[in-house]
Amino acid sequence: MHAIEKILAKNSGKNVVKTGEIVTAKIDFAEVNDLYLQTIYSFREMNGKKVWDKERLAFVFDHYAPAPTIKSAQIHKEMREFANENDLTYHFDINAGVCHQVMPEAGLIYPGAIVVATDSHTTTHGAFGAMGTGVGATDMATIMISGELWFRVPEIIEIRIDGTPKEGVMPKDVVLYLMGKIKADGAVYKAIDFTGSYIEQLDVPGRMVLCNMAVEMGAKTAYMQPNQKVLDYVNKRAVRPFEVQCTDDDFVYSECHKFDISDLTPQVAVPHSVDNVFSVDEVERIKVNQCFIGTCTGGRTEDIKAAADILRGKKISDNIRLIVIPASTEVMMECMKNGYLQDCINAGAAISTPGCGPCLSAHEGVLAPGEVCVTASNRNFPGRMGSNKSKVFLASPATVAATALTGYLTNPCNLKQEELWKIN
Amino acid sequence: MEDKLRGKVIVLGNNIDTDQIYPGRFLELVNPEEVGSHCLAGVDENIAKNFRKGDVIVAGTNFGCGSSREHAPISLLNMGASCVIADSFARIFFRNSINLGLPLIVCKGISSRLNDGDEIEVSIKEGTVTLVSSGEVLNGEKIGEYAMKILNAGGIKPLFRAKMKEQQ
Repeated sequence: MHAIEKILAKNSGKNVVKTGEIVTAKIDFAEVNDLYLQTIYSFREMNGKKVWDKERLAFVFDHYAPAPTIKSAQIHKEMREFANENDLTYHFDINAGVCHQVMPEAGLIYPGAIVVATDSHTTTHGAFGAMGTGVGATDMATIMISGELWFRVPEIIEIRIDGTPKEGVMPKDVVLYLMGKIKADGAVYKAIDFTGSYIEQLDVPGRMVLCNMAVEMGAKTAYMQPNQKVLDYVNKRAVRPFEVQCTDDDFVYSECHKFDISDLTPQVAVPHSVDNVFSVDEVERIKVNQCFIGTCTGGRTEDIKAAADILRGKKISDNIRLIVIPASTEVMMECMKNGYLQDCINAGAAISTPGCGPCLSAHEGVLAPGEVCVTASNRNFPGRMGSNKSKVFLASPATVAATALTGYLTNPCNLKQEELWKIN
Repeated sequence: MEDKLRGKVIVLGNNIDTDQIYPGRFLELVNPEEVGSHCLAGVDENIAKNFRKGDVIVAGTNFGCGSSREHAPISLLNMGASCVIADSFARIFFRNSINLGLPLIVCKGISSRLNDGDEIEVSIKEGTVTLVSSGEVLNGEKIGEYAMKILNAGGIKPLFRAKMKEQQ
């Protein structure tokens, strides 16, 4: 069996599960973000009284943090009241950050766990050898009552990545490249197992970037066999003992895709689809109005450091705005301590409270008609960041920072090595 | 749930994501009618305005990709869509729709066979789509047993309530 199948089997009290089988599995941790007041209404409609386990459910306020409108303030208010009534052990209010960053930091994500959240990017937690998947409000309400959810055991595909990337090429470039090859519907209903020498040596934040974007290929979940870097991370934090599951040697994947990323250059997904991917050098010079570094994909310390290394001692282009939002308070503190946020601010960046608002035009950094944004977030759907007439390009934090300096979509490798544009 | 539906179709393209079905800027709304009035605003603001109750949304591949927001199927239901037929659906959207009692039929190639305004008759149970003008029948996939059970119960909520009562 595959490690994912072993996780599903263990949590549903079975020895063996088979592809296509429907199982009812116990949930190790569930999370509701602040777009989902509906979970509470559905919980009550289904005669829910108390949540099944107050230590295994968290609310995270990240999409509207702090509340930008009276309506979102009301959402926060009702969710806070519910969290208090149920005496939830973990409640992350407006001072915490993006759910997929906050939960691992708090030790709630560990190998072998089934993690379900009301956010599609819950696939992120495959980075830790957990099975993470996103659901809507009604499914979540049934979990809040029963602690279980039904799953169809998915087909599992292998994406094998070998090679060592060149300097300036980030995990985000790797996953954008994969998006362009696998396509937005390439893994619908399936689980992706990322393997290969690149993955084996990859650090925790890089692993999270790849697993995060798996849902953009349609995947139900993503998985990476935990390496020593993951174990070092979770051993320090995990709130419960855990068991690492391993895939049997005789397991046969339903599909295999192999890539070597040794020669990869910085990548960009151009409007309006995540799989519309090119090398940055292939895209015609486009003028940009806004640059954004943040979210569950691109707002970790490593991302802000990459940006700071490019921005340090320089000024962003006159006609551009750069928004930097650390993914969590822990990230923000770390970036402050190391001077990365000061580098960004000195270059002309606006810094906001940890959260994910601009990614989906919920809060801060919304685009006007005709505007163009280059962002380290994960979606460029039509109207995703504001007006239907705006355009969103997805790129690595390094590419976003380089773009902020020039005002045009810019390959950070060119900027570093050749100083193509003499800035300041 | 009624097995046979009849209505006119609106045909959309591939990869219609949840931001197009229900844009982020309306996520704070909770009133069902208001939510329905913004359905598909990311494709065209006029779709919901001109929608007739009972009509059918037809789309290409990967309909509902993107966010887990349940507002997407809620807005389709409140706009009055009787079902959605597509070449394929995204996973979370599929679960959310069935949970809320919105039937979805996978019918490969349907988006290239129909035009806006065509009238069709749908059998949810059989997964068939009949073109009223010619009588031609297109065979879609039958809805899975578990999903059908949820739809027949009127969504997961009544089914779950009954299950919890049984356990008590």
